Amino acid sequence: MSSRNNLPLLAFAAAGLLGLAVVLALIVAPEDANQGVSQRIFYFHVPIALTAYLCFGLGAWKALRLLWMGGERRDLESYTWIHQGTIFGALTLITGSIWARASWGVWWSWSSNQLVLFLVLFLFYCAYFMLRFSIEEGARRERICAVYALFGVALIPVSFFAIRLANDFIHPTVFTRAGPQMTHTMFAAFLVCLAAISLLAYVMYRVELVGKRTDASLRELREMLS
Amino acid sequence: MSTLGLYAADVVALARKDLKLELRARDTLPAMLLFVLSTLAVFHFALPAGAGESAAYGLLWIAIIFTALLGLARAWAPEREGGALDGLVLAPCDRSAIWLGKSLATLAFLTAAELVAIPAFALFFAPVDLVAVAGVVLASIGICAVGSLLAAMAAASRGREVILPLLFLPLAIPLVVGGVGAGISPQGSTYLSFLGLYDLVFAILAWATFEYVVTE
Amino acid sequence: MTQGQYVALAYGVVLVFVVLWVAIIATKLARLERETAELAELARGRRSDG
Repeated sequence: MSSRNNLPLLAFAAAGLLGLAVVLALIVAPEDANQGVSQRIFYFHVPIALTAYLCFGLGAWKALRLLWMGGERRDLESYTWIHQGTIFGALTLITGSIWARASWGVWWSWSSNQLVLFLVLFLFYCAYFMLRFSIEEGARRERICAVYALFGVALIPVSFFAIRLANDFIHPTVFTRAGPQMTHTMFAAFLVCLAAISLLAYVMYRVELVGKRTDASLRELREMLS
Repeated sequence: MSTLGLYAADVVALARKDLKLELRARDTLPAMLLFVLSTLAVFHFALPAGAGESAAYGLLWIAIIFTALLGLARAWAPEREGGALDGLVLAPCDRSAIWLGKSLATLAFLTAAELVAIPAFALFFAPVDLVAVAGVVLASIGICAVGSLLAAMAAASRGREVILPLLFLPLAIPLVVGGVGAGISPQGSTYLSFLGLYDLVFAILAWATFEYVVTE
Repeated sequence: MTQGQYVALAYGVVLVFVVLWVAIIATKLARLERETAELAELARGRRSDG
């Protein structure tokens, strides 16, 4: 643990950036001509989705490093990243569903590729936790979870293609969401939101990691004392 | 003998062991055959009148997936209960050979079940063309490759039989898409290529990571 | 619900999630505090014995 702990600084930065993001997204950015007010959901929904992908990717990266080199530290890091990914994945589904309701009047649409992809990933990563909690703690559990995390990132592109292929024969009706013709202001707002949400995820990750590491240390201490 | 030859010999030996065990015990394969036929029968009553062939194809794949789950769970049961997995791991062979041997044995069982299921399906519901059968073959490879690894993970867990389906179903979704698409879509070959891609990616991943799953 | 209300709902859900997360972390912190206190007791006991 670095003596110059930057977590408080990052947390305050995240708070400030989020505040700025909300102002930009809800007030400063011009209203979309085609979709109206509901398009503003996009400013949070898409960064949340991208952040979820990032978290799953980082979880898999830490998992790969664990298989390479081992170490409880990487196991906790991988686990925490996947935890964050699942949280943001759930948020993607909820905000996406709200946006679908606002745009098309339905809470769910199987032709929305992103929503379906996140459903599959959400189910996959929920199973990660079931798996993790059903195995005895130890090196074996670390490795099994790491392998599962790797399967997760392989699943992302494969599922994406599968869902696109599936739409050929599942849903003839296609809801098109005209890609926002973004003005410069809109794009800037989007970038700020992306930075804010990513930073938020990172801060949450760091906080959780501290909690988990402390937990592990306390358990070790308890064993030594009793 | 070259390393590849030795490896192949290990794989064959492991697969044969499982097949022989089954031949003697005769519990997994009959269960799978009966299960797939019963499921198809249930599906007849589950389908509303006038449902198209497409719906029926979907149900065929549900039947295949769940029959495969049955086979996978039983395939790893001896190791799980008898603790024989540790013995296998101590054997002087490449760990991934264990995975390949198990996958081949499970594939054999699954293929046997499909040899019954597909004609039955054609009889009860809708005709099955060559592309659809190719889809079944390709998807079965994927099912056994991924399923064997996941079943090894499940064998290490305290969770009961439910953990394997939980792990397997999300990964099986692309396979179902590919299989059903191969059956009903006019561009069946796209789906076959997709299934091939899935098999390649996940078989390599499973082969490379299996030893980490089974080592203590 | 009007479109504007859906936007509010979406942003509101994000806020609620973050606050819920804070609540869960707070619970964890409380537990960690309790465990540290217990371990401190144990250590004190050890020191007076040994």
